[in-house]
Amino acid sequence: MASHRDLPVGLVNQLFQNNGSSSFTEFVSSYAPELLPRRGEVLATPIGDQVPHATTIVAATFAGGVIMAGDRRATSGNIISQRDVEKVFRADDYSCMGIAGTASTGIEFARLYRVELEHYEKLEGRTMSVQGKANRLATMIRGNLAMAMQGLVVVPLFAAYDPVRDEGRIFSYDVAGGPYERERFDAIGSGSIFARGSLKKLYRDGASVDDIVMTLIQALYDAADDDSATGGPDVNRKIWPIVSVIDADGFRRLSDDDVAGHVQQMLDARVISPDGPIAPLR
Amino acid sequence: MSMPFGYASPEQIMRDKADYARKGIARGRSVVVLQYVDGILFVAPNPSRALHKISEIYDRIGFAAVGRYNEFEELRLGGIRYADINGYTYDRSDVTGRGLANLYASNLGRIFTESIKSLEVEVVVAEVGETKDGDAIYRLTFDGSVFDEHGFAAMGGQAEAVATRLKERYRESMSLADALEVALTALTEPGGERPPVGQLEVAVLDRNREHRKFLRLTGARLERLLAQTSTPPPAPSSPPSGESAEGSGGGSTSGSKGDSKNDSKGESSGGSTGESPSGPPPTAPEGPLDDGSSPL
Repeated sequence: MASHRDLPVGLVNQLFQNNGSSSFTEFVSSYAPELLPRRGEVLATPIGDQVPHATTIVAATFAGGVIMAGDRRATSGNIISQRDVEKVFRADDYSCMGIAGTASTGIEFARLYRVELEHYEKLEGRTMSVQGKANRLATMIRGNLAMAMQGLVVVPLFAAYDPVRDEGRIFSYDVAGGPYERERFDAIGSGSIFARGSLKKLYRDGASVDDIVMTLIQALYDAADDDSATGGPDVNRKIWPIVSVIDADGFRRLSDDDVAGHVQQMLDARVISPDGPIAPLR
Repeated sequence: MSMPFGYASPEQIMRDKADYARKGIARGRSVVVLQYVDGILFVAPNPSRALHKISEIYDRIGFAAVGRYNEFEELRLGGIRYADINGYTYDRSDVTGRGLANLYASNLGRIFTESIKSLEVEVVVAEVGETKDGDAIYRLTFDGSVFDEHGFAAMGGQAEAVATRLKERYRESMSLADALEVALTALTEPGGERPPVGQLEVAVLDRNREHRKFLRLTGARLERLLAQTSTPPPAPSSPPSGESAEGSGGGSTSGSKGDSKNDSKGESSGGSTGESPSGPPPTAPEGPLDDGSSPL
């Protein structure tokens, strides 16, 4: 360790050197770069199929907020590697992110992103704007592009309550970054094609929070119905989708009992109509 | 052997530095930190809404400071970086107030001994625990001494007078409204007028909150709380239990403590050194009085 005499008199630690940026990631990249998710490394062979992948995340807005839900399955190739993985993360009091793709990298991103938002908030004494949060996440995803090319793809879905507009907002990304703001609803992951089709038919403007929760649970079920990598509700093991609601009161994750009630309702209806609710033709 | 021109003894240099820092700190207004039933309360008269004296460091850790704004702001930013990097490296539960207090102590102590001018700051690092036994309040002075305070701490301005008033009224497990009342009474000179709501900076570390325990009390919420405090709580019959015990001092010398004792008696500087090690905290009410004109 360098003697403190080599450093300028004053607060003698890099912790006290102001680099003029409120970004935690930028600070870590100079202070302890090995802590950051891998960047620019070259793998001998792509390992995409050998590590667990997280799958389907759906989100939809309601008047004055947004709801995000995710299934619980992680797969490695044809193997189900975990039945109760959590893929929807609280980012701060008014936002959350869901991840699809390489689970380990995604979890690391979620952890870093949470600190990133909080770090800015504490240093600056204000909350970052919703657009600022979405842009910050885009930069993180773009930084992972080299790894994505080798099979470690991570694609997030970001949802936040915007206090300025008093509404929920949804942003999606691709492997090279983004963000792309989405109206009303969106889905990511391997089952997203089926989930989006379901949401398109079931989403109603002006629906209540309860109805939107049901819409999302239906969409996840439809995704699990047609995509082998998406897990449906596991009644025997009591593993339910994760549902998080964000509104003016902040972030809250619905309790298992609450979600179980919605799931049971849906399953009961599907006994009669296995393909789910039927949208009116005209 | 002749003395080199301009020689000053190390004792004299340290004493001068300490006096300089003490004067700077005593010029501002006081800040009070005290325990209440659900956590820790911070109260600071502060006319500025932009320049905070109280802030959040991490989930369970809060920070309060008096003295020069630019100096304690650097400490605050460094503390946030320290906490965030440790929480990210290990786990969020691995960030402790004690670790942060030690980081501050070593830096303050080093600057006090090596730099021409010591920092003119006094800092409180407070941590809220799962129960009230887990709460901790560390007060750090400009020379790097750490005081592990029990129940309450006062610093800046006429710190001793404020601490005395605080000690008289402080009781364990007060409600938030009672604790705020005690803090405001301690911060107000007898017969003086209380600062208006708009000039109060109030925050709590509330152990019942989820995730981040730190919360600023502002606007309507603070006014409602102040309305509950209109009747002062009765004076306690039993002697208060609060007293400060000195912890590991980074650069504390017995000389500086002896001095502060001298100052509080109103004697001229340059008196005897090496008095009782448990003297009053080294923030003597020397220098210009706090007339409220300073923003800090």
